[in-house]
Amino acid sequence: MSEITVSAAPPLPAAAEKFKFYGLWLAAAIVLLLLPRIFGSGGSLTTFSLIGISIIFSLSYNILLGQTGMLSFGHAVYYGLGGFLVIHAINILSANKLPIPLPVVPLIGGLTGLAFAALLGWVSTQRSGTAFAMISLGVAELIASSALILRTFFGGEAGISANRTKLLKLFGWNFGPQIQIYYLVAAWTLIAVIAMYALTRTPLGRMCNAVRDNPERVQFVGYNPHVVRYLAFCFSGFFAGIAGALAAINFEIANSAYLGAVQSGTVLFATYIGGIGFFIGPIVGAIFVTFLSLGLSDLTQVWQLYFGLIFIAVVLFAPGGITGLLMMHRPLLKAGTLSRMLPSYAIALLPTLAMIAGGILSLETIVHYTVNPGDDSHIKAFGVSFDAASPYIWAMAAILLIGGYLVARKTWTWVGHAWDDATSVAREKGIAP
Amino acid sequence: MTAAIELRRLEKSFGEVSIIRNISLSVAQGERHALIGPNGAGKSTTFNLISGYMAPTSGNVLLRGEVISGLPPYQINRRGLSRSFQVTNVFANMSVWENLRCAVLWSTGQRYAFWKNIDNLPDVRDRTAQILTDINLTARRDVPAGLLTYAEQRALEIGITVAGGADVILLDEPTAGMSRAETERAVALIRRLTEGRTLLIVEHDMSVVFGLADRISVLVYGQIIASGTPEEIRGNPKVREAYLGEEAA
Amino acid sequence: MLELIVISTLNGVLFGMLLFLMASGLTVIFSMLGVLNFAHASFYMLGAFFGFQISRWLGFWPALLIAPLLAGAIGAGVERYGLRRVHRNGHVAELLFTFGLAFVIEEVVQIIWGKSPVDFRVPALLDFPAFTIFSTNYPAYKMFMLLVSIAIFIGLLIVLKKTRIGLIVQAALTHPHMVGHLGHNVGRIFMLVFGVGTALAAVAGVIAGPALVTQSNMAGLLGPILFVVVVVGGLGSLPGAFVASLLIGLVQTFAVSMNGSLSGAFGPLSPAYASTWLADIWGVTVAQIAPIMPYVLLVLILILRPMGLLGTRDT
Repeated sequence: MSEITVSAAPPLPAAAEKFKFYGLWLAAAIVLLLLPRIFGSGGSLTTFSLIGISIIFSLSYNILLGQTGMLSFGHAVYYGLGGFLVIHAINILSANKLPIPLPVVPLIGGLTGLAFAALLGWVSTQRSGTAFAMISLGVAELIASSALILRTFFGGEAGISANRTKLLKLFGWNFGPQIQIYYLVAAWTLIAVIAMYALTRTPLGRMCNAVRDNPERVQFVGYNPHVVRYLAFCFSGFFAGIAGALAAINFEIANSAYLGAVQSGTVLFATYIGGIGFFIGPIVGAIFVTFLSLGLSDLTQVWQLYFGLIFIAVVLFAPGGITGLLMMHRPLLKAGTLSRMLPSYAIALLPTLAMIAGGILSLETIVHYTVNPGDDSHIKAFGVSFDAASPYIWAMAAILLIGGYLVARKTWTWVGHAWDDATSVAREKGIAP
Repeated sequence: MTAAIELRRLEKSFGEVSIIRNISLSVAQGERHALIGPNGAGKSTTFNLISGYMAPTSGNVLLRGEVISGLPPYQINRRGLSRSFQVTNVFANMSVWENLRCAVLWSTGQRYAFWKNIDNLPDVRDRTAQILTDINLTARRDVPAGLLTYAEQRALEIGITVAGGADVILLDEPTAGMSRAETERAVALIRRLTEGRTLLIVEHDMSVVFGLADRISVLVYGQIIASGTPEEIRGNPKVREAYLGEEAA
Repeated sequence: MLELIVISTLNGVLFGMLLFLMASGLTVIFSMLGVLNFAHASFYMLGAFFGFQISRWLGFWPALLIAPLLAGAIGAGVERYGLRRVHRNGHVAELLFTFGLAFVIEEVVQIIWGKSPVDFRVPALLDFPAFTIFSTNYPAYKMFMLLVSIAIFIGLLIVLKKTRIGLIVQAALTHPHMVGHLGHNVGRIFMLVFGVGTALAAVAGVIAGPALVTQSNMAGLLGPILFVVVVVGGLGSLPGAFVASLLIGLVQTFAVSMNGSLSGAFGPLSPAYASTWLADIWGVTVAQIAPIMPYVLLVLILILRPMGLLGTRDT
């Protein structure tokens, strides 16, 4: 290493830091291993499996959106095709008694996703930006509609199913019980997350970022942006295929919903809400959205509306997603000025919550009158019972909503001032840029 | 000896409007050649034609005797021709270090490698560190390019352009918008970084042009009206009338 | 056969003109604001449902006027209080915002009008056959739809060619970078363009509502086709959108009316393949693949002419 490199290049990670880094992965592995000991019920194991699948799917999506700047409205195509192929594969493997155990099968899904991404990606990735987004939507509609025509392969509306327990047994596991599926998903999740993290730290990974920032300039440093986008697309399709395969194994069925617009929309929601700017963002998003969709549907009839509103709120007020919001505070934490923010946050929280409560109250009341007009007006939403016919409730909703809004607007400008204050101090200490 | 860059009867028109009208020009290897002319003369278009950003309507561009016109920009770049932009054109969300490293990758043979750890490439690391030191941005290494000052961004722009080790460098108004002192530093930087390479530069600042260039060509309304050493250009009545006269007035 | 061709051409042109009513607004919005409004088809749906509701209260004719105005006002509000805010976060954020909006509008429509189709009837005044070709009665309402869309098409042409705002829009179509130099009233112009564009989509919704099915999934069904139209025509090209609208309108209506299949043309498949997926391809009729025709067209265009039919820009 030359002298200049020593003085100018960023220092290579010291042994302690490397240790911390690998320790993090090890810790993640241990947590995954121990999780079923703490939450062992069938329901929570299923939830964990769904989260794992969603994490792989969202991270694969972020290879496109966050890393390479490609907004896809059709990512479920590769997820779904991976799932279908795996169901067929399980049926073929078990019918012919081929010596391939279930844990290897997700790889078939991955290779399917890769193959279709390689096939469809060359055309789609010729253009970036809005055109790419529209093309991804068109290709997705093409595949989803074709799936309904090719009934023998895709099984029409009902889909096709398989029995995952009939494959070669490994260490006496037949993968019937959910706990075994949980461990299968957990292992694949860990492998896929590590692989996708590693991908960001390769020459290709860095050129993906460059293409995201400025595809024009990339051409003048020797790279063909189309090839970079295409390779990113292929990797993304591969990991989406693995996620789809795990989903198919988990449910033992694949149907046209796997490929559909709703699935593509959900992964976009999860990734964006989690935050596309950081590697960990989609993981956070996957966990959050899975819990949200499981939890909200118990709490309210119109949970999808709340889901959409949360998404719009994130786009409007927190374009960095949950992770972006948290990471914003890192310089303040380092500079020790985070405490200056807390009082203003505490003050702003109250009217904001009031406003949200008012909004929910009004919404649920309106829903009562439009969806179930004839029913009893004593309804229950978010665990709270109230009388939707009572004028007091209407007045309360209006006061909370409007009053909350007026006060919240004021308090958030205070938050803004406190923020400027705290960052300028951090900047003086040379921490914030 | 074959010329580093040769333009043969180059023409470019957009619809009815012709921007470049039959330019022929030859830049010898190792020469520092300046392209001057009034606004709208077609200097940037000429750069766009040479670097592959646009295809000529007719005529050819030759790099070391080989025709490159019609090739996409990345292939021209791989053949050893690199250009900068008049409007700063960097990777705004990436750090200075990452910007330069991206510019180094292809020339160190990394291609689209997805199996190598980028931090474990000593060659890439050394080259990037060298360029970073050359453009004096060591202290700003980890700052996102979008947050640099204007002069720093211009330096980074030049750094990205030369980082790949191209031996033909095209700089489009590298000192535009800079103060006197910044311009002087930039000229010294350009002189140092293009040592032993061929340089074609578009510049409005006459002190930069006459201080830096071995030869000068004057472009007016899409045509080269004169080409020669700085002394010849200074003494050329046609140039004085068409261009330098305006400057003096 | 001739009868089929005449009827299908009429229907195809009608569907194409409806598509263009929407695609024109979408294209102009895209050219000026730089954002492809994912929720554009949702405003078409809002138009249909507003039209349905208002025609119940006041009758069809007031609905034809009020529903688009209402939808346009919502559109203008979306631009003013939503899009303008996300604008600084870039085009991806804008596209995502309209995507979220499309999702929310669909949910709201479901909450208010339910998931099943509503009974939006052709007004009695137009409920008679306009003429009879061979043996088919062609409904007067369809002629009315055609006339309305052609009238709006001509009106748009006049506005584009003769008015100041039309000239600004034209300039924006050819030189999108110039939009920033419009001066201090750029915000008002954006709001107006967005409002008018969404109102046009709503007009399409009101007049299509009684003829097609007015249901909460109509935006989801039509939206992707609309985007195919603008990509096939060439993003930002108004003539391109026109050609592509008619093309897709005709392709789809003709496909629907054809019953040919490979087995029809070449005889049934040998029994050995009867239960494989080949049988699906062999037995499928042209009518059955009509829904995927626009997307096949999209992929073909992308391979042969990535800029779109009349497109010049690459964004």
